[in-house]
Amino acid sequence: MSEQFPLETILADFGRERDNLIPLLQEVQERFHYLSPEAVQAVADHLELSENDVYGVATFYAQFRFVPPGLHHIKVCEGTACHVRGSDRILDAISRSTGLKPGQTGDDGTFSLERVACFGSCALAPVVVVDDKVYGRMTAAKTNKLIEDKK
Amino acid sequence: MSFAARQQQAEAAWQTFEQPDRLRILVGSATCGRAAGSLEVMQAFAGELAKQGLTEATDVVEVGCLGMCYAEVMVEIRGRDGKRVLYQGVEPRHAAALIEAQLVRGEAYLPLALAMMTGADEAVPTFADLPMIKPQVRIVLRNCGVIDPTNIDHYLARGGYQGMTRAFAMGPDQVIEEMKASGLRGRGGAGFPTGVKWGFARNSVADQKYVICNADEGDPGAFMDRSVLEGDPHAVLEGLLIAGYAIGASVGYVYCRAEYPLAIERLQTAIAQMRELGFLGADILGSGFGFEIKIKKGAGAFVCGEETSLMQSIEGKRGMPLSKPPFPAVSGLFGKPTNINNVETLAAVSAIMEKGAAWYAGYGTEKSRGTKTFALAGKITRTGLIEVPMGISLRTIINEIGGGVLDGKQFKAVQTGGPSGGCIPAQFIDLAVDYERLAEVGSIMGSGGMIVIDEESCMVDMARYFLSFTENESCGKCVPCRMGTQHLLRMLTTITEGRGTLEQLEIMRKIGDAMKNASLCGLGQTAANPVLTTLQYFEDEYRAHIVDKKCPAGACRALIRFDIDPARCTGCGACLRACPVAAISGEKKQPHTIDQELCIQCGSCRQACKFTAVLVA
Repeated sequence: MSEQFPLETILADFGRERDNLIPLLQEVQERFHYLSPEAVQAVADHLELSENDVYGVATFYAQFRFVPPGLHHIKVCEGTACHVRGSDRILDAISRSTGLKPGQTGDDGTFSLERVACFGSCALAPVVVVDDKVYGRMTAAKTNKLIEDKK
Repeated sequence: MSFAARQQQAEAAWQTFEQPDRLRILVGSATCGRAAGSLEVMQAFAGELAKQGLTEATDVVEVGCLGMCYAEVMVEIRGRDGKRVLYQGVEPRHAAALIEAQLVRGEAYLPLALAMMTGADEAVPTFADLPMIKPQVRIVLRNCGVIDPTNIDHYLARGGYQGMTRAFAMGPDQVIEEMKASGLRGRGGAGFPTGVKWGFARNSVADQKYVICNADEGDPGAFMDRSVLEGDPHAVLEGLLIAGYAIGASVGYVYCRAEYPLAIERLQTAIAQMRELGFLGADILGSGFGFEIKIKKGAGAFVCGEETSLMQSIEGKRGMPLSKPPFPAVSGLFGKPTNINNVETLAAVSAIMEKGAAWYAGYGTEKSRGTKTFALAGKITRTGLIEVPMGISLRTIINEIGGGVLDGKQFKAVQTGGPSGGCIPAQFIDLAVDYERLAEVGSIMGSGGMIVIDEESCMVDMARYFLSFTENESCGKCVPCRMGTQHLLRMLTTITEGRGTLEQLEIMRKIGDAMKNASLCGLGQTAANPVLTTLQYFEDEYRAHIVDKKCPAGACRALIRFDIDPARCTGCGACLRACPVAAISGEKKQPHTIDQELCIQCGSCRQACKFTAVLVA
């Protein structure tokens, strides 16, 4: 984690026009892995918007997170192809072995779990993405093994 | 350097790439390929080439996707004799055998050989004759899997940017006429004639206009646009440039969803190359036309596929739709006249401008010209990305191209158009696929997602699945969509849990009707389609859930139970090990049993059983 990375350095790369808001939030999240209250305040100040405005936009889009993700971030694809090939069973299996519901980060910070609409890798359904690596043709058993390996 | 001179240079580079006496390994490395492990395969090849002392003599190149996703990782190898063989299902452990066979001994490696790309071989079919490839016409996908998408020379050598120079020679009005003559209709789903749309934006007078490429492919189950952007980014960017020229816009945006990092990377590379060659900037190739392209990353909102929402999002706002009029062609991005086309439309534009309207209009049906790409997925043997002429039958797509339903199961329906579309039942398998025929049966063309559904998928559950998606993605601005999706989802959930009533079927039809008529944007207007079409064709399944408290497909967990058939069970213990909640017990080599109190109906045992001894009822 690059917690030491100064927010000001990111802000300096962006102009103050409103259309910079989403790219700026994306960049902040890329660096810090989530949007902290301080970061939202700084973005609002930079673009001369209210915090409300920034939260209004940030909460509208599924991409933005307001709590830090775990060391291993697990994303389960919920696309149509994944659904007909049993993605809900896979989500269940992960929930059982990590004790997490979608959207949660574990207390020890090892895992966080997220549902994603579609990765567009439908031919490999069902798909699970852990730390940005795509795992295709998953089964509940394969998923459990993957989680155990990361523990 | 003049365009002609630059093109000659590209030709030369392409000839070197295609030179038959040079060893070459192409690895399909779009997102699908990478997910299947293509990068590891490339590494294995590099290591093996080094061992054999062939590193210098061999080009190893990442290419886009041929669309045969079921056969990933795909590798094409050209040996010393110039013969090119396509291999399927390649894993790192195969690298040594493949190199030994084809590069050292000069023979195809038969265990993995799928097709001959050039040359003939008695034991291997030719690529064009493969059942998956033969019915296809690849226009939008012309270069995918064939060229190196990061090399603009490859695109140029295969006719790239000739559409642009032809457009400059014609002038904007004639370009719009050419689009009208081609019959091209918007491939994002709505099917509005592209040339007419451009005409509206051209006729708007303003100091600044914009063109936008909609690459916010949000339909779950669709990946056509991703594959084109990853496999042939210049085809799309050239189309965007031509659109800008036609309507008089000096700035173009590509709005691409953030879930597609590789597509964004390929776009950035391609835009830098265009700038280097003078295809962007002021006065492009002395035409007097200046153009810039910017990339905007989406942030995960399905509704942003709707054009007014998308423009709100680019402006840094919540992506909520606006009422129309005013239409974007009059007042769009930043209040200026704006034209939006989807990725596939623009990739077709560059081909049409290169080869002419008449050529393109020669494919397809009277009102639906040209070709359409589909992402074929679900319960089908050969999943993949395909491009077919409009008017082809569903039967050809599913049985020939797709190789039929997976594991020989019974074909039940095909879902087109994603959450905005509908389920087409098996009785329409001979339907000709074009805009009109799909609408007649209650579905839509959509952007091209095509999900095959077999007897084991429950239609009520499918409807519930899509409504849970649209309910989640509804922006909440207008009441019919916000409340309608909530109520439909609630009723569908009670039905799948065996708590529904027959009265709900009529209420759902009424709600769906109201949503169609009264919602503000396309999301709400079409969100009820999955419910309405399944009600139309599969009402008996709804009734079975409500009246008999049964799920005929064996999919809805609250209504099913799993049992082990003692006659078939061999006591192998596979199910016992697969069960996540330890609900299965039994001695070795004795029939096992399931404790119904503990069972969570996950179906893991059924998947694990090799003797079909786990029954669902």
